[in-house]
Order: sequence, then C-alpha cells, then structure tokens
Amino acid sequence: MVPILNASGCLDALTAPEVAKSLDAFVTKTVTPLPREGNPPPRIAETAHGMLNSIGLQNPGIDAFVREHLPRLARLGVPLWVSVGGFSADDFALLCERLDDLAEVEVIELNLSCPNVEEAPETASELVAAARAATGKPLYAKLSPATSDIAETARAVAEVGADGLSLVNTIRGLELDGKTLRPKLALASGGYSGPALRPIALACVYACARAVEIPIVGMGGIRSGRDAVELVAAGASAVALGTVLFSDPSAPDRVRGELDAEAKSRGYVSAAEIRAVAHESASPIAASAD
Amino acid sequence: MRRELLGVVGTDAIGPYTLLRLERGGLDPGVPGEFFMLEAPGRLLPRPMSLCQTTAGELAFLIEAIGPGTRALCSLEEGDAIHVLGPLGRGFDLEVERPLLVAGGIGIAPMPYVSEALGNPPAILGFRSERHAEAASLLPGAHVVVEPRLVTELLPDDPGDVLACGPEPMLEALQALVPGAQLAWEAPMACGYGGCYGCVVEIDGHYARLCVEGPVLRGGTQGSPTSPLLRRAAPIRRSGALAGHSPASPANDRPQLDGTVR
Repeated sequence: MVPILNASGCLDALTAPEVAKSLDAFVTKTVTPLPREGNPPPRIAETAHGMLNSIGLQNPGIDAFVREHLPRLARLGVPLWVSVGGFSADDFALLCERLDDLAEVEVIELNLSCPNVEEAPETASELVAAARAATGKPLYAKLSPATSDIAETARAVAEVGADGLSLVNTIRGLELDGKTLRPKLALASGGYSGPALRPIALACVYACARAVEIPIVGMGGIRSGRDAVELVAAGASAVALGTVLFSDPSAPDRVRGELDAEAKSRGYVSAAEIRAVAHESASPIAASAD
Repeated sequence: MRRELLGVVGTDAIGPYTLLRLERGGLDPGVPGEFFMLEAPGRLLPRPMSLCQTTAGELAFLIEAIGPGTRALCSLEEGDAIHVLGPLGRGFDLEVERPLLVAGGIGIAPMPYVSEALGNPPAILGFRSERHAEAASLLPGAHVVVEPRLVTELLPDDPGDVLACGPEPMLEALQALVPGAQLAWEAPMACGYGGCYGCVVEIDGHYARLCVEGPVLRGGTQGSPTSPLLRRAAPIRRSGALAGHSPASPANDRPQLDGTVR
C-alpha cells in the first residue's frame, strides 16, 4: 500500500473530519511556538497552471494547539503528523520537546521551508539536529525545491537523524494583476503549488531517492493516480495531496483507487511495488504500458 | 458537505448577469446565504457562489462574468456537467421580526432564496446601470435605484432587521447605519471548507476564515471584515507583517484592518 496523506496547510481536520478520515495519516497545519495571525489578505491567487498562497503560518501556537486542538484531532482516529515550524533551532527544539511525550503524535514534520515567512538563520541540518536532540519521535524534514542541490540537503538531514523526507514544499512565485500590474497578493510573492509544481517535485524525489535510504513522502501537483504513481516510481513511499483537495475533497479516495488501478494495469499487485522503478533500466513492459 | 456532478439544465441571461440552472441531484439547498463551490471548467480552483433560487429539481446561481472562472461558468450549456460542493458556511439568521432585504449589484444573488424563505419581505436594490437593474426582476416588488443614487438612500428611518449582500462600500455603509445588520461578505476562496486559510477577514481583531465564520456576519457584533480590494493598495512591509512570531516584537505589530502595519 502507498499511504496517502494531505500536504500540511491544505486541510483542516476539524472543519472537514470526513476528509481527514479518508487519509492514511493527517498532517496538521504548521504549528509555531507562539500564535500567529498570518499574513494580510489577499492571500491566494489562481494562476494559469497553479496557485499562489501567502498564508504566513497562521496558527494558534503550540500551547493552544496541544491544549485545544490535539485532543479533538486525536478523537478522529487517524494517525497524526504534526507539522512544526520556527525561526531558529531553539524554536524547533522547543516544539519537538513539547510533542515528545504525547502519544497521539505519530510523526513530527519539520517545516524547514515555508516560502512565506522569514527563514531561520541555521541550515536545514542544524535545525534537524536540534529537533533530533529534543525528541525520539520520527522526524520528517520538509524541504524546499528552491535549492541548487536538494540531494545534498537530503544527505545532510539524514546524517543528523531525519527519519524521512517530505518533498516538496511550495516554491516562491509572483502573479501580477493584468490590469493594474500590481501584485495580486498583499505581500506580493507567495508559495506556488498545483500542477506546475509536479515535474519539480518529481525531480526532487528522484534526486533524493538516489541520495538517501530514508523514506520519502512525495507531494507537489498530484491530481490523479497517474500523477501519484509517477512520484512513487521516482522513489516516494507515500504521497500527499495538497492543492487538489481545494477543488476535490474526495481526492484521497479517488486517487487511492486510481493508484491501485494504475498498478494493476501495469501488472503489479500493489502500487508499493512501483517504488523507485524509475531508477531501474527500462523494461519492455514498463515502456509499452505508457 | 456533499459534492456531486450536476448537469446543466440551462442558462438565462438577466441583464449582464447569467442565471446558471443546475440539476439539484442529492444536494441540500441549505440555509439562504450559505454557498456552494462550483467547478469552473478549465480552471484549477472552484468558485464560491450563493444559491439564488431552488426548486424541487434545480439549483440556480446568478453569476457575473468578471474573470476567467466566472466566464467559464457563464459559458456552460445545457448538457454540460460540473462538480458542486455544498452547502457551505453560515447563512442568514431567518429568526427576524421585520426583515428588510438590501442588495447592490450582483449582491442580489442570494436574495430571491432569502425572500422566499421569509415570505417576500420588503426589499431595496441598487444597481450601477439600467441594464444591471434588469436583475431586479428576480425580486418582484423591490424598490430599485440606479447610480448615481445609492441603495442606502432608500433605507427607512427604522429599517428593522436588515439582511444585506453587495459590494464592500455598501456593506460598510450599512454597518455604520444599521448596527446588527446581517451582512453577506465575499472573499477569494480556494476551498470553501476551511482548509486553505485564503479567505480570512478580520473579526474581533483576529483573522478568521470567512468560509467557516461567514459569509454572513453580524455587522454590529463581530467587527469589521477587511477589504481585499483596499488592501491591494496597502503598503508592503514584509518584515513588519511577519514580526508577530518573536517574543521581542510588540503585540501590536500585527497587520491592521486598513492594511498598514503599525
């Protein structure tokens, strides 16, 4: 089985519990040490081949999250991944320490790459190392595709104890209003997601799968089982749905069905067997199935 | 929250607007003022639309073609089909004693359904041209003004329970004139069901999702939603707007209602 998750920040399990329950794990919107109001609106803009968002990590902060949100999320009965984000290595350590002894938290995803907020001064591997020292929970590092060598980052975070990778976050983009030639978003640029991100995500997953052994959650522009199967072929063990959830809340069940059908039509018993086949030399069967 | 593929029954041109009539399928029409996300063919994201009219077999949406998504919706033809999700959000509170419906322009969209639910109460409408005012035919008996006259000129001294939908300047004027009015607001939305956090407005000093808390808000009690249009002209001070995360930052370093950062 190839688990299907949501991309962090693309689903609120408390306003759409039935959607969350259709996932193999629910990933929360990123939680920061202190509450954040987020960025001013307009925060979203549709583009020709994707969308931009500039939400700015709006969240209640770790205290209110643990006190008020986590118990309600736990009652959904879906494995919980908590996405955390901060502005320093100390922030990541604090967040992981807070979550470390909470049984309802299955995995901590480290949002190392939000394009809409200031970056921490430390490198990704320094942030992961700080998180690693603070918790024994599985840690997934969510990386930005906007880097010259993502495989190098992947090796560095794996080296300091990341248990997996979430690939990829959105990439910074800008859209201007056609009439006024001014930015459509209040803070000008935002994170670009949707179909345009898919080949970029595919390249990142492909490169990282060659560089590290740890599992990869592939995400970026998945709309169908066919899109998902390609990320699996590039090396993902699980996939996450983001922008597609906005137009189709039934996407998890639909993509799961399509993924199974894709696998069977190619002669595999399950989609999991397709993992990393893109790295093998082409077989006549794989070539003719396209 | 339910999503279905609904067939297009037909479209009617009403002045510059299009009344898109869809099969109702198994969808609940919801409370007047609630909304649906309509798949816009060829576009990535669906578009939020409040229900205009409903019969046993149909859901009808009044749409103004102002961009690629609404143009795609207005171009649908009988025999086409689109996915529709809803009903969503919070609609009008219909437990009112003396309802008065107030709408401006395409803000008339939810009013025929509201009117039906309330037994055809009095209504006042404002439009920017005689052609746009043809939409008043959807609300027989309504009083109508055309710019430069404004709909607020028709407000009686004692307006009763105002239920309103229209452009932001109209809603802001009503907010000042009629505290407690129920106002249906609009914001860009990606999902319509709480996932994207794209549609926030400022309510009681905090950003809240209009798709969850609204789109109908009580003017006097819940504060003032922000104006996405006004914000386009707002100064951009990225670092200031993001400073709220640091304990060293003053608490008032949040983006303010008028789009400036103090």
